Amino acid sequence: MKEKILNSEEFKHLVKTKKIVSFLLTLIEIIIYFGFIFLIAYKKAFLSQKIWGDINIGITLGIVIILVSWILTGIYIIWANKIYDAKIALIKEKIEEGE
Amino acid sequence: MVNTTLGEITFTGLFFFLLFVAITLYITYKATERTRTTTEFYTARRSITALQNGLALSGDYISAASFLGIAGLVSLKGFDGLIYAVGWIVGWPIIMFLIAEPLRNIGKYTFADAVAYRLKLKPIRISASLGTLTTVLFYLIAQMVGAGSLIKLIFGIPYEIAIIIVGVLMISYVLFGGMLATTWVQIIKACMLLGGATLLVVLTLYQFGFNYSELFSNITQKYGENFIQPGRLIENPVEAISLGIALMFGTAGLPHIMMRFYTVPDAKEARKSVFYATGFIGYFYILTFTIGFGAAAVVGHEIISMIDNGGNMAAPLLAEALGGGVFLGFLGAVAFATILAVVVGLTLAGASAVSHDIYAGVIKHGKADEKREVKAAKISTLGLGLLAIILGISFKGQNVAYMVGLTFSIAASANFPSLFMSIFWKKFTTYGAIWSIYTGLILNLVLIILSPSVWVDILKNDFAIFPFRNPGIFSFFASFLAGIVVSFLTKEKKAEEKFEEERIKSILGSTSD
Repeated sequence: MKEKILNSEEFKHLVKTKKIVSFLLTLIEIIIYFGFIFLIAYKKAFLSQKIWGDINIGITLGIVIILVSWILTGIYIIWANKIYDAKIALIKEKIEEGE
Repeated sequence: MVNTTLGEITFTGLFFFLLFVAITLYITYKATERTRTTTEFYTARRSITALQNGLALSGDYISAASFLGIAGLVSLKGFDGLIYAVGWIVGWPIIMFLIAEPLRNIGKYTFADAVAYRLKLKPIRISASLGTLTTVLFYLIAQMVGAGSLIKLIFGIPYEIAIIIVGVLMISYVLFGGMLATTWVQIIKACMLLGGATLLVVLTLYQFGFNYSELFSNITQKYGENFIQPGRLIENPVEAISLGIALMFGTAGLPHIMMRFYTVPDAKEARKSVFYATGFIGYFYILTFTIGFGAAAVVGHEIISMIDNGGNMAAPLLAEALGGGVFLGFLGAVAFATILAVVVGLTLAGASAVSHDIYAGVIKHGKADEKREVKAAKISTLGLGLLAIILGISFKGQNVAYMVGLTFSIAASANFPSLFMSIFWKKFTTYGAIWSIYTGLILNLVLIILSPSVWVDILKNDFAIFPFRNPGIFSFFASFLAGIVVSFLTKEKKAEEKFEEERIKSILGSTSD
């Protein structure tokens, strides 16, 4: 019974979704951070533009990246706690019933 | 001369310091009764909550180098210092998405546990624990030398005595209180640090009518527009990307951070604790660079660099300017707690690698009885602690700044790739893992010796053989490449078969047993 559930399409799909979510969010974080480094190296004039009093885009982006990094972990945790965990609990239940 | 009580032992400084020591030693004393079994010593009986672990992770992670150092860098270099502040946070989402949950579900006590799960245990344990120990030792040296110099700057205590005080306290916490005491030292430190930094920022912004933009107007009037614009730090993109890779993936390969995921009851709590930790750490770095800019505006470059060339005293000086001797005393104690907590976490992780991976896993073939393993862990703690004191004193006066970067690039090259491939790649083999770890470790060490940081600055040669100061990018990819190539050459049926089991365990947790 346990084998059957673990080989089921439902379980395989869940495993795949989890991998996609993890890798996608990782990729976003990598792009954001190395994008920032790219801007610092090659787009200095852009980052030096003032947008809020004397505060320029570069400083704002620095703060935004820190916030976004945290928000991304928040998005992951909401997905994992609300959707993923519920499905895992369901699968665990099935396994225990079968045994 | 500058009028400051920095560099003297003041009544308030001593008071807060002794208060911190008294509380943490009392907790350690209380924890001794609960430090008898291996699960207690290594993981505090997996009884830590997500919020506690989140605070403890921040405590383990935020070192004095990144608090005083980044505040100082921002105060003197402006925007270029901010690049570092951002770099210190980006590893945390990676830990959350890729490492925390599988690590918690597969492993038992150490990073090597997780890598070795479906591979041949012994050879992996040796190489993985070497990766752990090298990371821990370099970081310990950097932290000890930093501790000696910083405590001397703040309290005026001689370097050697400062190191011995730090060393003795650190050994006592781990030896008698194991993970439980270590965790509470981290939690108390994190609360003091976050509280102190918040107060410092509130006092700074009060000077500018709580208008963030006003602070920047003041700075640009004093130092010109250039100060808050990207400058010369990232002239060479290879260096910048290399450092970025080390910070991003090195964070996810730090043994004392990874070990913390075993202290919570399950993967869900592990996940939540990373969310809390990322929030605290991100908030802290936003405070830190605000403190740096605040120090530039309120204290000024002249005084900051007069007290310390690198700007390390920017935050304490700002505290004294805004809150007088009392606040300076408090911040001194905060800095001390910051230093201490990091070395405590490192010592525990290093000692666990010796007792759990090498003693119990290799010498006793995984069949050590529990009492003996705890005893071995305590002996390792004592040995590692004494070694840290000796190394700290013998590296006096050396420029060890490159060692912090080195620690992260070793963690990124020796620890992260093997852990990542072990979790995600079915065809990963024992030899693949061993080659991946040694390639990352050795290449990194060789390149740093040949780099300008050691070859020119320390060994006084005219030209560096290897042109970059940050070798992370090369050793990181070389480690992956070695792991992939060797795994293809050495097929391992058993490891492949066990992958499904590992994956199910990493998803369902221990209940699938």
